[in-house]
Amino acid sequence: MTLELSLNQQPAHARQGSSIGQPLTRRDGFLKVTGGARYAADNHPPGMLYAVLAVSSIARGRVAALDTEAAKAHKGVVEVMTPKNRPALAIDPDAKDNPFMFRLDLLQNDQVRYPNQSIAVVIAETLEAATEGAALLSPRYEALPARVGLDGAKSFVPRGVGIGGPAVQHKGDVETGLRSAKTRIEATYETPAQYHNAMEPHAIVVAWDGDRLSIDTPSQGLAMAQGRIAGLFGIAPENIHIRSPFLGGGFGSKGMISGPQVLGILAARLVGRPVKLVLRREQMYGPVGHRAPTRQTLRMGMDGEGRLTAIDHHARTASSTFDDFFEPAADASHTLYASPAIATSHDAVRLDTGTPLFMRAPGEATGSIALESAIDEAAHACGMDPLEFRLRNYAEVEPMTGKPFSSKALRECYRQAAETFGWASRPLQPRLMRDADGFLTGWGMGTATFPALMFQAEARAVLRSDGSGLMETGAQDMGQGAWTAFAQIAADGLGLDIDRVEFRAGSSDLPNAGIAGGSGHTATAGMAIHNAGAAVIARLADLATGNEASPLFGAGNEGVLARGGRLYRRDDESRGESYAEILMRAGLTEIEAHGKGAPDPASQETYAKHAHGAVFAEVKVDPDFGQIRVTRLVGAFAAGRVINPRLVRSQYYGGMIWGISFALHEEAITDRRSGRIQNANLAEYHVPVNADVPSVEALLVHEDDPYVNALGIKGVGEIGITGTAGAIANAVWHATGVRPRRFPIRIEDLLG
Amino acid sequence: MRDFSYLRAASVDAARQAAALPGAMLLAGGTTLIDLAKCGVAEPETLVDITHLKGLNGIEVSERSAIIGALAKMGHVADHADIKSRFPAVSEALWQAASAQIRNMATIGGNLMQRTRCPYFRDPANFPACNKREPGSGCSAIGGVTKGHAVLGTSDACIAMYPGDLAVALVAFDAVVHLGQSQVPVDDFFLLPGTTPDREHAIEPGEMITAIEIPGSASARRSTYLKIRDRQSYEFAAASAAVGIEFEADGRTIRDLRVALGGVATKPWRARAVEDALKGKVLEPDAVRAASLLAVEGATDHGANHYKIELAPRVVARAILKMGETA
Repeated sequence: MTLELSLNQQPAHARQGSSIGQPLTRRDGFLKVTGGARYAADNHPPGMLYAVLAVSSIARGRVAALDTEAAKAHKGVVEVMTPKNRPALAIDPDAKDNPFMFRLDLLQNDQVRYPNQSIAVVIAETLEAATEGAALLSPRYEALPARVGLDGAKSFVPRGVGIGGPAVQHKGDVETGLRSAKTRIEATYETPAQYHNAMEPHAIVVAWDGDRLSIDTPSQGLAMAQGRIAGLFGIAPENIHIRSPFLGGGFGSKGMISGPQVLGILAARLVGRPVKLVLRREQMYGPVGHRAPTRQTLRMGMDGEGRLTAIDHHARTASSTFDDFFEPAADASHTLYASPAIATSHDAVRLDTGTPLFMRAPGEATGSIALESAIDEAAHACGMDPLEFRLRNYAEVEPMTGKPFSSKALRECYRQAAETFGWASRPLQPRLMRDADGFLTGWGMGTATFPALMFQAEARAVLRSDGSGLMETGAQDMGQGAWTAFAQIAADGLGLDIDRVEFRAGSSDLPNAGIAGGSGHTATAGMAIHNAGAAVIARLADLATGNEASPLFGAGNEGVLARGGRLYRRDDESRGESYAEILMRAGLTEIEAHGKGAPDPASQETYAKHAHGAVFAEVKVDPDFGQIRVTRLVGAFAAGRVINPRLVRSQYYGGMIWGISFALHEEAITDRRSGRIQNANLAEYHVPVNADVPSVEALLVHEDDPYVNALGIKGVGEIGITGTAGAIANAVWHATGVRPRRFPIRIEDLLG
Repeated sequence: MRDFSYLRAASVDAARQAAALPGAMLLAGGTTLIDLAKCGVAEPETLVDITHLKGLNGIEVSERSAIIGALAKMGHVADHADIKSRFPAVSEALWQAASAQIRNMATIGGNLMQRTRCPYFRDPANFPACNKREPGSGCSAIGGVTKGHAVLGTSDACIAMYPGDLAVALVAFDAVVHLGQSQVPVDDFFLLPGTTPDREHAIEPGEMITAIEIPGSASARRSTYLKIRDRQSYEFAAASAAVGIEFEADGRTIRDLRVALGGVATKPWRARAVEDALKGKVLEPDAVRAASLLAVEGATDHGANHYKIELAPRVVARAILKMGETA
C-alpha cells in the first residue's frame, strides 16, 4: 500500500496508510530478547556507588534512633543519609500544586507515615555493603497504632476524585427512579488494595556535574519527571537529562517521580559521586503507589421491560494520611448504561499507607467489576439474558451528560464477541452447565469501556537531503510498543517507507511527548508526529512548487502528494521528484518542522469520546472445592483506528489477563495490627501464571471516528481490564449460583 | 556484605564434618537457602557446597523400593519413568510443586529441608517475635494474617504450615530418610512444633541426607496426589492429599489405604484415622466421605484458615474415590 498524503490536511483516518495498519513486529523486540536493551539499572557510570534504602517497619510514629555509626563502620559503606545530613531541597517535598505529583518522603523529618517509608539511605562501594549497612541501622521507633481497612478511620467526602473530578454527581432523581421501579437490586462489592508490580523495579542511576544532572530512570512521563526534579532541586529543567528508552512495565506507577528516585539523586549529591538505587520487590509496596481498596454499593431499579429507572453507585475508598488520590470507582456508572436517573458518590478514609495512585484503568477497573456484577444481578432479577438486558439499556448518548458519542461500535462488539463465544446457547439460570469431568461451567459477560483521552505533546520532523527522515519526540515505551507504533505514524507522516525513518524517543532532550498514561499516548504523541510530518512536507512542497526548475512548479501545496520519498502532482502522477532532489536543488542539507498533539477543545465540548468493548468469559468450578479456572475469554473491542493490529491485540490480551488477575488473584493482604502487607513478594502476591491463562481471543472491531483526532485514534492500553473482571465474576455466578461480592474470588468464597 | 566462608566438600564424609561446625549449612540447589539468607532468616557462617559430590543424584527403582539420591533434582525425579509408573503420587506431587525453574534447581534432599512460608517467620526485620527463629520470643502469626497457616499439629508456640508437596507423598508410603548409615522414617523426620518449633527436622549437626528410600507397594503403584489451590501453578496448597489404595482380589474391598495431607498441617500429615476407618471395607462414596472427615479430627483454626478444615476432607475423599475408579 502507498501513502497518499494530500497537503490540505484531509483527515488521515480517511486515507489508506502505508505503515499505519500494518502488523509490524516490535522494532525493539530483538534487543529485548537478546538482552541488548539497556534498562535504567543496567547503567554503570565510572565511580558509581550503590544506594540502598532503609525503610520503616512501623506504619505510624517516629524514628527515635538509628545506629548510623554501626552502618558507617561496615566495610565498604561510604555514607549514611538521614534527615540530619540530607542535602537541602529548593521546595518542601510535601508541597503539591497539581494532581500529577506525589507528596514525597525525602527524609524531611523523623516522622513515619506508612510501612516501608524511607527512613535512611546507605551508600556503599557495593550493593552488598549498602544492604548490610541498611540492616545495621537497627532503627528504634516510637510507634502509634496503625489505621487500616476501609473502616479504619472517620470517613469524609473528598474534594475531588481521580484527577479532580467531583466526588458526588447526579442526574435526575434516583430515589424517585427507584420508587417507580418494578424490580430493584442492591448489592455491595469489595475490591482489595493492589500493587502495580511492574517486573522492572523502580531504579535510578544518577550523576551530578555541577548543577547538571544525568539520570537513567524508567519514566512514563519524561517532561513531567524533569519538571518535578527541577522544582525540587531548584535547577533549570534543561539542566536535567533523563533517559528512559525502555520500561519493564509501568502501569501508572512510573507516571510520577517517586520518593526513592529522588533519594537516589540526593544520595549522589551528598557523596559527590554517581549513585545507583534500585528498589527491592518488597520496597515497592509503599512509596510508588497502589490501587486503593474500594467498597461499592450499587442500587438499581428497572421497569417492567427491564429498562433502568435509576442507578445509584456509591464507593468508599482510602488514601494516605498526607496526600490525595481517591480512586474514582463510582464514575464507572457515568458512561455505559442509559438511565433517567444516575447518582454517583464517593467517600474515603485516611489510612497509614503509602499514597494510592493511578493503576491501569484507575477507577474504571474497580468501578467496572462492581457495575458489571450489578448489571448481571439486575438482568437476572428481571429474568433477562445479560446481553439482552445490556442492549435494552444501551446508551445512545452519554448517559450522564447527554452528549452524542464521537463514535460507538459497541453493538457490533457485542454481536461479534457473542457470536464467536457461542453465547446464544447459554441457559438463563445458574448451575445448569457441567462439563464431562463434572466441573460446574458458567458463562458471563461484561461491557468494557475507557475514555479516549488526549494530553499535550510535541514532535520534531526532519527531512534530509539523502532522502531519509527523522522524527523526534520524547515518547515512552513501557512495553506497549511505542517504538514501533510511533515509527509507523512517523513514516506515514513523512511520506517515507518506515526503514527510511529514524525515530528517536525515550529521552528528555527530545520534544515533550506528554505521558504514556490514560491510554492516550498513541493518540497524543501520534498526532504530534503526524502534524510535524505534515508541516515538514508542506515546507518541502513550498520549495518545489515555487521553483521553476521543479516538475511540480505551480502545482500549489494542495496539488501535491507525498509518497515513498517523492512528491507528485495530484493531477498527473507522472510528474514528481524525490525529496532529495528538491533539497539538493535548494542547497539544503535538511529542513525541519514541529507539530503538536492536543485535544480539540471544540469537539471535547460537543462529543463524548470513549472506546468500547464486550468480553465473554467461561469458567469451570470444581463443585466440591470451589477451585475456579477461567477456560475461555473472548473480547471484541472498538477503539477507533488501529495503528498496529499485532500490538493492539497484545494490549487487549494484557488487559484481559489483568482482568483474570483482578477477578481471581491480586490482593495485598494487610496485617491489621502492624499495618504491614504480608504478601509483598511475587510468590504470594498472585498474578496469573501461564497455566491460568486460557484461550484468549481479542477481536478488533472496525470503527471510524472523525472527531477524536485527525488520525482517528482512541486508546487500547487499559480497556481490556474493564469488562473482563466482571465477566469472570458473572461466569462464576452462572456456574455456581453464588454471587461474588468480594474480590479476588477465592476457594473459601465458594466452599458453601 | 555479610561475610561467610565457602567450602567445597571433597566427599560426603568431609561434608558431614564441615556441616558439624557451628553456623555451617549445606548448600545444594540453594532455592530455599539463598532465599532465606536474603530475607535474613538464614545467616550461615560457612556454606558447605555439596552440589558436585558424585553418586548422590541417582534414581534407582526396583520391585522393592525406589532409592533417590539427595542431589537428584526435583524435575528429574518427577519425570522419571519408573517413578511415574510405580509411585505416581510422588511424581505428581513434584510436578505440582514450585515452578519449573525451581524444580530444575532444587534437590530432593533440600526439598525435605524446605522451611515454612509463614510470612512472620520470613520477616525478622519487621517481626522480631517468632518462636521458630528465636525460641521464646513469641508468635507473631497468631492474631495476624493466618490464611496460609496450619489447622493440624499446631501448638501455642507455632502455627506455621509445612508448605511442601513431595514429603506428603513420602509420608503416605512410609518412606525413609537415609542419613548416611542411619535411617529415619519420613514421618519421624518432620517434628511437630510443640514447645520447640525451632526444631523442625530430626537431623543433628554433622548429619546429612544422602538418599530417600520409598518402599514399593501396591498402594504406591495405585496412587495420586491431588493439590487444590487458587492459582493453577506456583502456589502452595490450600489443601492437598496423597492417596494410595490396594484392593482385595474382589476389586472392591480395601486391603491397604494410604492417606496423607498437605497444606493444612505443621508437618506432612499422615491421616491414619481415615485409613483405619476404611481398611477392610468396600469402597463406597458415602463411607469414603464420612471417613475422610476423620482427616481433620482435632483441627483448630485461626480465623482466615478455617476453610482448610472444610476443604481438606473433600480433597481426601475425592482422591480416594478417584483411585477407586481407576481399576
